[in-house]
Amino acid sequence: MTNAQEKMNIVIVGHVDHGKSTVIGRLLSDTGSLPQGKLEQVKLDCERNAKPFEYAFLLDALKDEREQGITIDTARCFFKSAKREYIIIDAPGHIEFLKNMISGAARAEAALLIIDAKEGIQENSKRHGYLLSMLGIRQVAVCVNKMDLVDYSQKTFEHIQKNYTEFLAQIGLKPKFFVPIAAFKGENMIHPAESMKWYEGPSILGVLDGFEKAPSVEKRPFRMPVQAVYKFTEQHDERRIVAGRVESGAIAVGDSVVFLPSHKRSEIKTIEGFQAAARTAVSAGYSTGFTLKEQIYINRGEIMCKAADILPLVSTLLKVKIFWMGKSPMVLEKEYKLKLGTAKVPVTLKAIHKVMDASELRKTEKKMIERHDVAECTLECAWPVAFDLTGDIEATGRFVIVDQYDIAGGGIVMEMVEDQQSSVREQVALREEKWDASMIGADERQNRYGHGPKLVLLTGPVGVDKKSIAKQVEKSLFDQGLKTYFLGIGNLLRGIDADIDRHKKSRREHVRRLGEVGNLFMDAGLIVLATASNLDDDELRLLQEILRRESMLIVNVGTNHFREGAIDLQLDEKASVAENVLKTLALIQS
Amino acid sequence: MRHLEKLESQSVYILREAYAHFKSLVMLWSIGKDSTVLLWLARKAFFGHVPFPLVHIDTAYKIPEMIEYRDRLALEFGLNMIVGQNKQALAEKRTFPDGNLDRLACCKTLKTEALVNTLAGKWTRERLNHKTGKYEPDTSTEPYTGVIVGARSDEEGSRSKERYFSPRDKRSDWAVGDQPPELWNQFKTDFAPGTHIRIHPLLDWTELDIWEYIGQENIPITSLYFDRGKGERYRSLGCYPCTTPVKSTAKNVQEIIAELKTGKFANIAERAGRAQDKEDGGGLETLRREGYM
Repeated sequence: MTNAQEKMNIVIVGHVDHGKSTVIGRLLSDTGSLPQGKLEQVKLDCERNAKPFEYAFLLDALKDEREQGITIDTARCFFKSAKREYIIIDAPGHIEFLKNMISGAARAEAALLIIDAKEGIQENSKRHGYLLSMLGIRQVAVCVNKMDLVDYSQKTFEHIQKNYTEFLAQIGLKPKFFVPIAAFKGENMIHPAESMKWYEGPSILGVLDGFEKAPSVEKRPFRMPVQAVYKFTEQHDERRIVAGRVESGAIAVGDSVVFLPSHKRSEIKTIEGFQAAARTAVSAGYSTGFTLKEQIYINRGEIMCKAADILPLVSTLLKVKIFWMGKSPMVLEKEYKLKLGTAKVPVTLKAIHKVMDASELRKTEKKMIERHDVAECTLECAWPVAFDLTGDIEATGRFVIVDQYDIAGGGIVMEMVEDQQSSVREQVALREEKWDASMIGADERQNRYGHGPKLVLLTGPVGVDKKSIAKQVEKSLFDQGLKTYFLGIGNLLRGIDADIDRHKKSRREHVRRLGEVGNLFMDAGLIVLATASNLDDDELRLLQEILRRESMLIVNVGTNHFREGAIDLQLDEKASVAENVLKTLALIQS
Repeated sequence: MRHLEKLESQSVYILREAYAHFKSLVMLWSIGKDSTVLLWLARKAFFGHVPFPLVHIDTAYKIPEMIEYRDRLALEFGLNMIVGQNKQALAEKRTFPDGNLDRLACCKTLKTEALVNTLAGKWTRERLNHKTGKYEPDTSTEPYTGVIVGARSDEEGSRSKERYFSPRDKRSDWAVGDQPPELWNQFKTDFAPGTHIRIHPLLDWTELDIWEYIGQENIPITSLYFDRGKGERYRSLGCYPCTTPVKSTAKNVQEIIAELKTGKFANIAERAGRAQDKEDGGGLETLRREGYM
């Protein structure tokens, strides 16, 4: 075994008893990948116990051996062809183990899907086909097994081929090959079968060797979900490193970059590594890190892109396909978490368009997505996320849904849906693109002031005293030596907002201007205290477009009308100002 | 990308994900080659730094060179080194070498119990003071909620069922059959209070990968792995009463690689020299359910 040799992860799926173990066992034995004498030993055991030999017994025997730690060769089921080495990922066929099947299959580069010639297309033949398509496995060969049981009938084979091709076409999957096999007899496994001369295509091993390693994504647009921004100051390391793994494309020192969804811009100064040769460029697949020319505020979850490339989409609304594995169904109105790239955002199921029982692909009018269902639906995120359509860039076009503590669903992005914020988002993108930055970096300011900028926005019903709290908090921060400013809403209304009326229709523009003024004060490095009565969820979303979400703190005083999780602190209007001030201070300094 | 580059990139990605999600994160360092590679990968991930503590469970029966090597590297790399031990069992001589326990029960007492209680902060942790070079009782008793472990799926059966991020419940139990799915590099990073997550960045590595990487990176590993003139070396490190060296004349990393590829070890499991594995069939899986690494 040499590591220079190419390796390919494959998964073998199919309905229970359609012959997965036989295919695996046969591949192992016919390629000479079994420990010496093993096959004979198992056959002999079967004879002694007067039971017919099955390849499943061979796999069980290998497993036992592995568990006793006798051989290392079989620890991961693998076999070799002249071309490469194959690693078979364990993927149980039983529906109860769908989570394991998916965990395994998600790592595969190619798949063999086994269908029993006699039993024909069964529930899991369809479900597994659908899941392979959603998991992004494009190289699929369908093996019509047990051809010996149907007298090697070309008609039976073609019937299955036709029906299954039609089914897969509905889900946009086109298998590369259909191969008639009799795995138990080894027919069409390694060599062409005498018994099926009417079949002119390659054997299973030929099919596998014909699969290509995943096409390189180096030429695609550059995408790197930011895992973290590191600064190890305590270890006397002054580098500020943006770290992540390049998921697509390539980038070099001197390239202009833009981070989405914030639209912040900078330029690659250096490519960092530890105990590695110096690099001036890096491409897809590498976990790496960069220092930037202009120090900007960015956080985990953003996607670093090359400014010259086609950029990802940004929205709070996504049209997706989901498959659900959760114990409880996915329902409307409930808050889940969406994880896409390194972003993690609260999300709700906004609308279900179609629910399909994965095995039947029937459109139903269900109001929930149940375990093992596949659905087309629209998701609404609490704040904007950057993503690609799955057809464009896979790594940033798929996501998982977390229910409580567990991953309960997986999905792919089909379309972007424009939300109300799309026009302001464009304006902010332009603002950031053309931003005239001062010579003083944001981090320099932060170091000098001893704190980062923040906008603390107090809201709640009209008539509830928010200003006293805001002003007291400002005073208290000021007394501690912090750079802070109370931004009076009235001062805006009669100043910068003097050209627009105070009618309800103009509210959105007032909020937008509040956000933009707040953005300037934050750029100056201040902790800004502002008040605005009666803000609602939509207005918060608008502010989140204009300002960096993570440096904005929303405090609601009195009755709370916001959606779950929208605010950072709820204050009781009946509590004393002093008490509310303390709570707000604690939030700011947490 | 070459094979080792891919493995390195994936491990680094996993380590950074772990660091991003767990405030109370720790890495187990057994001093063996796997967890030393893991330590090296952490320095890759964090650009020369290791931003979380390393925990070593000292059974008091480790080969003395392992402890010397541990402290030398800890000082050199600036590691936040924490050591845990089942002091009570040692004082009461509840061990296999004392003749009072069988091998598996001894493992359970000196390793599993010590580990579980050290992670939970219930027993005193000793922390290395870099100024004095001595260990002092650690003031923090905060339980660790994320534990990075150097397990590989090719080591033995139970490990091939692991996920990269694998939940353990309050009693450190591992529900092998009902683990959440893991796909597209999205891991289980949310967990209920009182539970913790084991993180396995080396799951895809084989013994051969480990040695080739040690060779490529020139990672300093303890010389116990090499033949130092007696015609024997350790293939796997543990406590001296239960670990026997193998007959081998491999004196350096390249010779070990040659031995693994074509030589006499090509078909013999790595842990073959670890006596506790042989005591009962499902030994290690049972231990692992209870929290053994």
